[in-house]
Amino acid sequence: MTRTASTASPPAPAAGPGRTGKRPSRHRARAGSPWRGRPLRKLTPWLFLLAPLALLITFTYVPVGNMIYYSFTDWDGVSPDRDYVGAENYTEIFTRPELLRVFAVSFYYLAASVVQIVIALYFAAVLSFDLRFRNLFKGILFFPYLINGVAIGFVFLYFFQDGGTLDSVLSWFGAGTDHAWLGSPESANTSMAGVSVWRFTGLNFVLFLGAIQSIPGELYEAAQLDGAGRWKQFRHIIAPSIRPVLSLSVILAISGSLSVFEIPYIMTGGATETSTFVIQTVKYAFQFNKTGLASACAVVLLAIILLITWIQRRLVPDEKVDLV
Amino acid sequence: MTLTAPVRPQERPRSRPRGRPRISTALTYLSLVVASAVVLLPLLVVFLTSLKSYGEVSDGQGALAPPDDWLNFSNYATAFSDGHLLQAFGNTAFILLFSITGTVIIGSMTAYAIDRFDFRLKKLVMALFLIATLVPAVTTQVATFQVVNGFGLFNTRWAPILLYMGTDIVAIYIFLQFIRGIPRSLDEAARLDGANSFTIYRKIIFPLLKPAVATVVIIKGITTYNDFYIPFLYMPDEDLGTMSTALFRFKGPFGAHWENISAGAVLVIVPTLVIFLFLQRYIYNGFAQGATK
Repeated sequence: MTRTASTASPPAPAAGPGRTGKRPSRHRARAGSPWRGRPLRKLTPWLFLLAPLALLITFTYVPVGNMIYYSFTDWDGVSPDRDYVGAENYTEIFTRPELLRVFAVSFYYLAASVVQIVIALYFAAVLSFDLRFRNLFKGILFFPYLINGVAIGFVFLYFFQDGGTLDSVLSWFGAGTDHAWLGSPESANTSMAGVSVWRFTGLNFVLFLGAIQSIPGELYEAAQLDGAGRWKQFRHIIAPSIRPVLSLSVILAISGSLSVFEIPYIMTGGATETSTFVIQTVKYAFQFNKTGLASACAVVLLAIILLITWIQRRLVPDEKVDLV
Repeated sequence: MTLTAPVRPQERPRSRPRGRPRISTALTYLSLVVASAVVLLPLLVVFLTSLKSYGEVSDGQGALAPPDDWLNFSNYATAFSDGHLLQAFGNTAFILLFSITGTVIIGSMTAYAIDRFDFRLKKLVMALFLIATLVPAVTTQVATFQVVNGFGLFNTRWAPILLYMGTDIVAIYIFLQFIRGIPRSLDEAARLDGANSFTIYRKIIFPLLKPAVATVVIIKGITTYNDFYIPFLYMPDEDLGTMSTALFRFKGPFGAHWENISAGAVLVIVPTLVIFLFLQRYIYNGFAQGATK
């Protein structure tokens, strides 16, 4: 089909240099293109998009639609009948204190993300300069991000055990041992928030480092000639140029803190008040067969995350997603 | 020091002012050493524990005591056979193979269609992909579960494969970035020679995407290998364990046998470590690209 079309095209360039037919331009396939109007030509992009769109709709949009629908029913996930119950599930979420308490757990992880971003920023700034063993330190700081989450859970279960690693290390410094790190809600949540700092600092670090290294070196030289010290260089050169990445990290941190699942699920199974919103939701859906309520939880979480993303886009409008 | 990778000259702003106070340099190194210790200590302890016998672990010598026999690999044998890690490795490899291949093909085709064609509803299609990035996958799992179950894919290896393939918008972004850099005149020339769109995609675009493919394979490979949530939810069958879920289940029967659990954890971490040491530079770049796009 295209073959016949292209045999017909050679006269087109001869028609005049003003025609867009030959010149490579962004909109070559538009008006003026010799292939325009052929049905196959019109279909081609859709043939490429068939599989991706099918997967996208089946596994993202259909579930989102269904989830909103389930959230207004009392479905148990198995039985064929489900009744419309209106906003009952939502009222339940917002009136039962134990359902809202999981949000308190998120604050531990939110605080952890602040710590994590600050540490990552510090090491990215330090390691963007010439240092001995620079690549070794880089590798060590980043590696935890690549480790399997279940393995991390077990490593730290052992780490926080009674008389385990942490206690031994603390006793070197004369600090009291025998603390049940995962025993009480506060210390369990703090400990696991610490694990999340350990695990995710490396990712932020690498993102910041990449942004810092894309700054042209002449800028530092110029700043130095002007007598700017390291701190001034950081404030006036590094900080502004990593703003987009920083804002991305903040949004990832917030949505990440709200949807923590792996580490607390593996380490405590959500016991001693370490249950997060996602652990709660998964339990409703797959242990207690409350698909309706679980869906309402998921809708609430999705709404919060979309809201935060929207606010962030409004506050930092220069950070456009460049898909078009 | 084996980690030293060649660094492009402009990557190092060599700008240390002469005669800065030595003390701040010392403090910088101190902070780096402390951070490295914090990262390495938990891993080191687990490695030590994996070489100990049950008696050594339970006699209260402390987690940091060295093992009596540095060549005691019996815990590894136990973890490998009782943890069904061979089977888990097979399942993980199967899922990796299909989901990575699928992601590469689907991602590059989507990017090609979006970048090289103008068609009606293009804006809508892009919006669909864009909005999907905002939907955290964990939130929709309750409803996704019903869809997967409806296809009869629950408890098969195809459930995670399809989910990994279908939701990877990061890969599409990476391919899109690269395709934009490929001059359109190449497409033009091929088209004048009579090539159709599929031939152009297959013979011209795809081969030029090699660096992007490498990036996607690495990122996708590592995240898929480490994923716990999806295999845990969709493949509860014992025989279908992946490295993550097999390790998770392994803890059950070995509740207090930390020497065995540690060996299992080390066995799961080692492949990642090896890949990291070999592909360091690509991994850094890949994650930087993957996350910012």
